[in-house]
Amino acid sequence: MKEILVLAEHRGGELRDITWEMLSKGRQLAEALGAEVSVALLGKDVKALAEALRPRANRVLWVEDERLEHFNTETYEKVLASLLGERQPLLTLIGQTATGMDLAPGLAARLKMALATDCIGIEPDGERFAITRQVYGGKVNARVSFLKKGPYMVTVRPGAFPVVEKDSLAGEIEPLVTPLSDEALARRFIGFVEAAAGEVDISQADVLVSVGRGIKDPENIPMVKELADALGGALSCSRPVVDKKWLPKSCQVGTSGKTVKPKVYIAIGISGAFQHIAGMKGAGTVIAINKDPKAPIFNVAHYGIVGDLFKIVPVLKEKAKEWKKR
Amino acid sequence: MNIVVCVKRVPETADADVTIDRSGKDIEKAGLAFDLNEWDSYAIEEAIALKEKYGGTVTVLTLGGEESNETLRKCLAMGADEALRLTDPAFAGSDAFATARALAEAIRPIPYDLVLTGVQAEDDGYGQVGGVLAQLLGIPHASLVCRLEVQDRKVRAHRELEGGLEEVVEIDLPALLTIQTGINQPRYVSIMGIRKVAKKEIKVLGTKELHLEAAEVGLSGSDLQVEQLFLPPVGEGAQILEGNVEEVSLKVLDILKDKGGLS
Repeated sequence: MKEILVLAEHRGGELRDITWEMLSKGRQLAEALGAEVSVALLGKDVKALAEALRPRANRVLWVEDERLEHFNTETYEKVLASLLGERQPLLTLIGQTATGMDLAPGLAARLKMALATDCIGIEPDGERFAITRQVYGGKVNARVSFLKKGPYMVTVRPGAFPVVEKDSLAGEIEPLVTPLSDEALARRFIGFVEAAAGEVDISQADVLVSVGRGIKDPENIPMVKELADALGGALSCSRPVVDKKWLPKSCQVGTSGKTVKPKVYIAIGISGAFQHIAGMKGAGTVIAINKDPKAPIFNVAHYGIVGDLFKIVPVLKEKAKEWKKR
Repeated sequence: MNIVVCVKRVPETADADVTIDRSGKDIEKAGLAFDLNEWDSYAIEEAIALKEKYGGTVTVLTLGGEESNETLRKCLAMGADEALRLTDPAFAGSDAFATARALAEAIRPIPYDLVLTGVQAEDDGYGQVGGVLAQLLGIPHASLVCRLEVQDRKVRAHRELEGGLEEVVEIDLPALLTIQTGINQPRYVSIMGIRKVAKKEIKVLGTKELHLEAAEVGLSGSDLQVEQLFLPPVGEGAQILEGNVEEVSLKVLDILKDKGGLS
């Protein structure tokens, strides 16, 4: 039986969303190809997770080992190289996440397996797969093909495929023998560090005024802060503003920052990279101000203003102050 | 502390109006400015800062045509000691894997403690070269590094995970790290600074010097090929507010009042 294999991703005892997204896509592909979908689960004390995965896969390949307590590319690579080498699944799906980005390139190279990263579309194409991925920061999509014969590995962008609720597959749990030994590792897990909390918890604000790369200079940020104040909201930002140290990490909205769900989100000078959108798509109403009419942010915003933020923000701020005074 | 940094010259598209060229397989690059890949600017800064602290050398490496000299010179002006450029007609069509294969052969003879790359490139965004390179060189690696400290023959690296969480790992040298943006503040280089290194030699290596067969690199050594580029389908999209600045501001306030953003 042909097999599509999904690598389950979990942290802190919980399966991450990307796992369900990949299982949904994996099942759709399996049905189209007359294949089965398997899920590989690596960890310590993860029996409960194996049970949770059963309805969404034909088979749960469960590798229980205390050395797999925390993700580590070195141990994961050893286990998966042996597992994939033996099973030769048609396609292996791994998340384009902090885990998958660390693991997949080296694993694929070790197995001499063709890899396509950060994919948003995967369709069967004869014996191969047609892949869609984004290039140039999401401004352009690329259709990509594999040049080699399979098996293939694909890393999947979080949020690219919806989770589909379907009848249970009631998969079997197959415990596998760990190939790991006690030999010393060149890379060792030390611990987790939480980001420092900020003065304001942006995830609690009803109104967020968020600023991006388009602000150009840190001297321009107070202008946006004043707008946030005038609206009784909080100031947040996209990644480039934090990278440049113009605002603290606690203000960052997005995959590596905070996920926010305000009533209103005003995106100012933010182009809308998918990592940012992933953090704010739950907002009630999104208003975007950007000079580039093609900016991806306009695809998710409810209202848009195509124009110069340096002209619009000061006027908007004054109008908001006037309204408050009434 | 000898450090090799792999860099790439990329078009700046963040603020540009991007269109697809006549081949349908690339973007129209005429009129675009090019610069050092943003992630790589953090990688080279990190390398130079480490060199300043621990001594040693920084070698900067790229795969590309003569136009990439300008990118290498920027790195030299920032403080890199040596620059290598891999170039060969056989490299045409290289994907991330084939690129990593060529880079690996160039790095192998260099005595190094650390190899740094950016997490990904702004253009094709594969985020793959670092991991493949570590595999080919047979050294441990960590990706998405947002903080690092060197201790004896080890590095303690913070990896950026989702939701503001960081993972701390300890990794034996020699190792490869892929560097995330924001890890430092890349130093500014002036035109004068670049002019000062204009005469510095940039060593050029091809498949012959790298002991690679032409079939191992370029399109024939690649796993992937771009078939077609297209602009992302536009969803329903935003309702665009029209009018002068005063008018759109009043419209925004009305929306805020209506949606609970102003009370």
